Amino acid sequence: MAITNIEELQGMHLDVLKEIGNIGSGNAASALSTMLNCPIDISVPDVKLLNFDDAVNFLGGPENVAIGMLVNITGDITGMMLYIIQQSCASSMTQAVFGTPIEDITNMNEMEVSFISEIGNIMSASYINAIASLTNMMIDISVPNMTVDMAGAILSVPAVSFAQVGDKVLLIDDSFIIEGNEVKSNMILVPEMNSLEYLFNKLGVGI
Amino acid sequence: MGTTITVGIADLKVGKGDDVLVTYALGSCVGICLYDAEKKIAGLAHIMLPLSKDAAAASKATPENRRRYADTGITELIQEMSFAGASTKNLTAKIAGGAQMFSSSSAVFNIGERNVEAVKKLLAAYRIKIIAEETGLNYGRTVFFHADTGIMEVRAATRETKMV
Repeated sequence: MAITNIEELQGMHLDVLKEIGNIGSGNAASALSTMLNCPIDISVPDVKLLNFDDAVNFLGGPENVAIGMLVNITGDITGMMLYIIQQSCASSMTQAVFGTPIEDITNMNEMEVSFISEIGNIMSASYINAIASLTNMMIDISVPNMTVDMAGAILSVPAVSFAQVGDKVLLIDDSFIIEGNEVKSNMILVPEMNSLEYLFNKLGVGI
Repeated sequence: MGTTITVGIADLKVGKGDDVLVTYALGSCVGICLYDAEKKIAGLAHIMLPLSKDAAAASKATPENRRRYADTGITELIQEMSFAGASTKNLTAKIAGGAQMFSSSSAVFNIGERNVEAVKKLLAAYRIKIIAEETGLNYGRTVFFHADTGIMEVRAATRETKMV
């Protein structure tokens, strides 16, 4: 049966996505660890299917200013990924690498912007690699497109594209430990419905 | 004392007296503030998508989601306002939002622009004049709409608050 609405996803499919999230986070942690040159621990990511409003509240409320990075996915599956980093996490990361925190994400210098884009690049590539290697698919991703704005406004971008198929977004909640500090970041996945179906078929859990 | 009434995404509310209608963090969505200055009745709709007739079959306007679209949302807002005692011929509009949050060219990205276009088309069809507009560009906006004055207050993360 074809799925037309993301809310039709069942426990088993969420578990599969969670496993992809798990592998993706593992890849991301080792890539980040190499880049930041320090050990990084990860916990099992939590994959949630949330209402728009709950997702926004989860990200600190509609007016909470955060960094959003959007990646377009093309190839065997199409869709987009949105990676969200909060001020405190961005700060912990630069603290670990350069020894200085980011004072204000709305006013980052060139080096901070390029560093954060690189993190977005690594994170999105890690997830996509996890999906591609599990399924033998060819998947291309675009360079992350960054914005710093209200979480609600950033999230409206996937919400609008999800509006065609449901009122929920798929959110992966990651938690890394970098030099004793817990750093949380969130990946929001917005696959096209037929891509999601294709993905589940490839993984042997067809819908 | 009036109350602050929050309008969620794909929702709409009507207020009067000292009420303040607020909708947070409009990205590509558009906030439509309608006002009857004589009766001091204010309405605010937060729409996500342009026209319901253009939507994919799976997401056609239904009673539950008609507030999501510019056309069905505005029509319902006008109805709600006339139930509250406003007269359609007195209504004026102020609109905000319709930003392009990420710079990229694919169709889903210029949705803000399409939303604004659809809103303008609908308001023109109802002969409602747009007297203030804070739309486009690339940043999110929060809108406070004051029922006593009809003033639309637009806040952004890194910009000055505007009162129009």
